Amino acid sequence: MPAIEVILSGVILGGLYALVAMGFNLQYGVARIVNLAYGEFLMGAAFAAFWMFTLGGVNPILGMALTVPAAFAANWLIYRMLMSPLARRARTRDQLEGETILATFGLLFVLRGAATLAFTADNRYYDYLGEPLHILSFTFAANRVLAFAAACVIGAAVWLVLGLTRFGAALRALAIDPVGARLVGIDVRRLSALAFAGGGALAAAAGTLVSTFLSFNPAIGIEFTMKALVVVIMGGVGNMLGSLAAGLLLGVAEALCSHYVDSGLTLAVAYALFLVVLVARPRGLFGTP
Amino acid sequence: MAGAAKRFPVRATAAIGALAALVLMLAALPWLLSDYALSFMLSVMSYLVLTVAWALFSGTTRLVSLATSAFFGVGMYTVAMLVKLMPLYATFAAALAVGAALALVVGVLTLRIGGMFFVIFGFGLSEMIRQLMVWWEINKTHTMGRYVFVPFDATLIYEHLLGLAVIVFFVGWRLRRSRLGLALLMIGEDETVARQVGVNVPFAKVAMFVVSAMFITLTGALMAPRFGFINPNFAFNPLVSFQVVIMAFLGGLQRLWGPVLGVIPLIVLSELLQTEFPFWFSVLLGLVFMVIVYFLPRGATGLIEDGWAALGRPLEWPRGVTGPLVDAFAWLSRPIFLPRGVAGAIEDLWLKIAPRDDEKR
Repeated sequence: MPAIEVILSGVILGGLYALVAMGFNLQYGVARIVNLAYGEFLMGAAFAAFWMFTLGGVNPILGMALTVPAAFAANWLIYRMLMSPLARRARTRDQLEGETILATFGLLFVLRGAATLAFTADNRYYDYLGEPLHILSFTFAANRVLAFAAACVIGAAVWLVLGLTRFGAALRALAIDPVGARLVGIDVRRLSALAFAGGGALAAAAGTLVSTFLSFNPAIGIEFTMKALVVVIMGGVGNMLGSLAAGLLLGVAEALCSHYVDSGLTLAVAYALFLVVLVARPRGLFGTP
Repeated sequence: MAGAAKRFPVRATAAIGALAALVLMLAALPWLLSDYALSFMLSVMSYLVLTVAWALFSGTTRLVSLATSAFFGVGMYTVAMLVKLMPLYATFAAALAVGAALALVVGVLTLRIGGMFFVIFGFGLSEMIRQLMVWWEINKTHTMGRYVFVPFDATLIYEHLLGLAVIVFFVGWRLRRSRLGLALLMIGEDETVARQVGVNVPFAKVAMFVVSAMFITLTGALMAPRFGFINPNFAFNPLVSFQVVIMAFLGGLQRLWGPVLGVIPLIVLSELLQTEFPFWFSVLLGLVFMVIVYFLPRGATGLIEDGWAALGRPLEWPRGVTGPLVDAFAWLSRPIFLPRGVAGAIEDLWLKIAPRDDEKR
């Protein structure tokens, strides 16, 4: 396989990471919740898509019409019932981060354990659009291309909402300065809940797309949470374009590593990138030091 | 200062004597207990060292370390890899060196910058080392799993862990009376203030992190002979990090002896869950943890201290004995079923889920 094809397959993977990271960024950058259980929603959506496809023959892309709103509602409830008591009792932002990390760490084990109980720990996959697709002189699996295209559409939609609407402007204001946002009349609590729920919805969308071309089991959540964290830190907290660039970078680095070294080292690559950014640009690729 | 007599008053001597007697009693246990009870005590002792060592760093600086399983696994796996090449005690020393070096690198890289980086890095560290080890073993050494067969039985492991526990408690006790310990407590309270009064914040954090990690690594190394067969997936189990954090929080972080109150109930609970409901283990443990975070933020020691303080206060019954009776009567005579109808009940439920901003402030 020529290097250019490896890089292109990395871009396809990176588009998906960017989507995963955007959702995480909404939760961390806007709602200020470090959600270690984030990947569990991705895993849940992957299983939902799997069962709908194998039992009912439902097209995974159409199935998103069901799973994405469900994840939105579930995350909204989680924010209202579990996170806002912590937000109310925390005195500083550091304290809130600490407490939400602990609470979502517990939630991670609850959700993962529940999924293992319900679905067993077996690896699952289903065959959806597995045939090769020839684009220019390159060959890709059709499901990967579809996942990339869907990730682009969803990502662009989120970016347009954030950039062009009044609602999006309020979210961006909240990400930059929560106190100032309250002063200019933004309902911080309501918008935080919506941002958190929106992040969960993006996780579900990403999970559905992942399930079309990767095998998965109840334990995959942690790995995606880790990668989302790494990408968000690399791209800058609250910076959506940064997430996009960092996600693509991670995808390409991973594709290069799995082609030239070993496919079992993906997390190590993410960590290596994370370390480089940590040492060279602690405020992220686009942050002002 | 009136010399030695003043420095070692009768109470302190008695306390030291009592502690020494306790340690001797604990040391005699392997000859008194059944095999099952001894293996139970082994888990208690190993988690006690892990939790106290964890609290040395995280309890003072308030930086939650999720890297416990990484160091525990490094200790265990280093012993597994080297045990055929050198004497057992040399492998323990090697494990200690590897753990300390890893902690130093992680600490210097992440603690310098900010709390979040450290937490995130620790969260994935164990998983990354596991991946690296699996890759290394499959591609370079062509082994999947290693045997540790050495004449180091449960009794010996237990006695070594007990010794380690004594050391870690002693270090914790000294720490709270040392410059470094006070500096760390100050960092936990307010890092900016600590910096202002001249504390070398990065040094204090990294130093304590390395010490804490060394205890954790050594515990992992000591436990290696217990399991006999070890592979990376077994050694780097994220549940260890999770259980240590739960135990520390259940016990409470304000007191050095807090972990004792957290470790024992949770080991009992784990044993029960694993034998009675093995498949529910992770779910129930997660739920227990969330209950602690939400309802017991200061842990069991906090409860005990509150209870102690309440005992010292006069009872507060400003309205006398009749007051509670009047309240009880009023409560009994209120309309019970849906005083505001179904719509009212739905409205109340909704307000509970989504309280309006102006209400609960």
